[in-house]
Amino acid sequence: MSIEVEGLGYTYMKKSPYEKRALDNVTFSIAEGDFLAIVGQTGSGKSTLLQHLNGLIKLTEGKVVVDDIDLTVRRPDYKRLRYLVGMVFQYPEYQLFDETVAKDVGFGCRNAGLSPEETAQRVREAIELVGLDYDDIAERSPFELSGGQKRRVAIAGVIAMRPKVLVLDEPTAGLDPKGRREIMDMVVRLHGTVCPTVIMVSHDMEAVAEYCNRVLVLSHGQLVYDLTPAELFAKGDLVRELGLDTPVSVRLADMLRAKGWDVPPVLTPKALADAIADILEGRV
Amino acid sequence: MKDVVFGQYYPASSGVHHMDARAKVLLMLAYVVLIFFVNSFVGYFAYMVFVLVATLVSKVPVRTMLRSIKGVFFLVLFISIINVFFSGLGEPMWKWWILSVSVESLLHAAKMALRILLLVLGPALLTYTTTPMELTDAIESLLSPLKLVRFPVRDVAVIMSIALRMVPTLMEETDRIMLAQKARGASLDTGNIFKRVKALIPILIPLFVGSFRRAEELALALDARCYNATPKRTRYRILRFTWRDLIAMLVFSVLLAFIVLGVIKRGGVLLYDFDGMIWDIIRSWVH
Repeated sequence: MSIEVEGLGYTYMKKSPYEKRALDNVTFSIAEGDFLAIVGQTGSGKSTLLQHLNGLIKLTEGKVVVDDIDLTVRRPDYKRLRYLVGMVFQYPEYQLFDETVAKDVGFGCRNAGLSPEETAQRVREAIELVGLDYDDIAERSPFELSGGQKRRVAIAGVIAMRPKVLVLDEPTAGLDPKGRREIMDMVVRLHGTVCPTVIMVSHDMEAVAEYCNRVLVLSHGQLVYDLTPAELFAKGDLVRELGLDTPVSVRLADMLRAKGWDVPPVLTPKALADAIADILEGRV
Repeated sequence: MKDVVFGQYYPASSGVHHMDARAKVLLMLAYVVLIFFVNSFVGYFAYMVFVLVATLVSKVPVRTMLRSIKGVFFLVLFISIINVFFSGLGEPMWKWWILSVSVESLLHAAKMALRILLLVLGPALLTYTTTPMELTDAIESLLSPLKLVRFPVRDVAVIMSIALRMVPTLMEETDRIMLAQKARGASLDTGNIFKRVKALIPILIPLFVGSFRRAEELALALDARCYNATPKRTRYRILRFTWRDLIAMLVFSVLLAFIVLGVIKRGGVLLYDFDGMIWDIIRSWVH
């Protein structure tokens, strides 16, 4: 299970006064097991790139191959692709529509033509995977839930399709720190259990630093960097130049270093706390 | 965000774009009313010249203008056919049952077709060169005399501009919801009509829920900014009547005079029968 992208380009509303080049000659590949972040400023082409990965935008330039599905052929198997690559949009709770949570989560399975028994089983599994209590929530209306619960239900709707790749567009947008942590813990859990590959667009550099093993940096539709979070945040000037935030722990470590402390490179608050404790207790 | 065109507006910088929106709306009203008085091919020709010149000045490509006709193509065809066969005018050259065709009916059908086409082209130019917001401002300004009879012109204008403001937002939202449901395996463009209507439910319900949410937020935001607390609101865009508008009005009044001249009758006979004059010229050429 891998994803190959080669020379991918896209232009919105071609040949109209509103024409806009969104992607330009983007090449990279994703291996199974990757927890990949795509970062960049608003309008850098992140969402356009994501939508190419499961065929929501038709390929016009370049090459995309997901597993054994080649999108350059005349009529690719979009249906299978969409079940292989599960896509969670920004504010996914805005797509809920059915009478009950269970029915809404089962929408994707029903569209795949699965039997009611199979659907019911997958729905239960998916609701539990996103950390909700099936018996409590299954028969309630999705519209009476809290914001965080709604988002989990919407993500469960994608998980129930059992995708091998989970694609998330700003999964923590609009949540408070506690909600962000809960959702990210859930994504990590999914990555460890049912979805071996996770691709996430995020402005939340704390989450990128803490969870991802790889970062793609987009700028004006071009892929400018493909590196690890440690490499990215070690280049403070670059991060600022790209208009990205620096994680608090990285900033704090920099400040300590400026004061003469010998802090090793860290990415998470916990790692920083450990490093400081080591120094204070004279272990290094 | 796939191929969303915001209304019809064609962004460009031209004399027509920079005209006072009120002048454009008034001209368009006059244009639409006057076209029903046109009775000669020469009159239609004058109208076409007017539209063509306005289009060229506006920098809207002729092809874009012609696209606006596409929607009424079948209507024009239908009306022309009805007029050719059922008008009952003149000496029939061909007759079958209740159908007849004559030179007069053919000419009459051609005039009807021209009238509809011109009726579409004029307002199309207005919407190509005027943003919806300018149009709303113009309508508010033109309706302001109704304030005297306590008609809430300002509120109506605000409602209109909010509605227009929300069109692209809702289009974008519809697009996003469609993509999200497609990502969950929904197929929107296959199956019979019942299946397709049923496939709309997962799109319409989130759209309605979202609209109510937005409406509530907007009402709160208006309230928070003391909407309606001040007696007089100032505006950001101010409409100004300038020399451009004067020129446009003068050009149009030439057309107006010409058309009016063409319908004056004295003793039941047209004073200036332009078509007749053309016929005479053609006949004298033929001989």
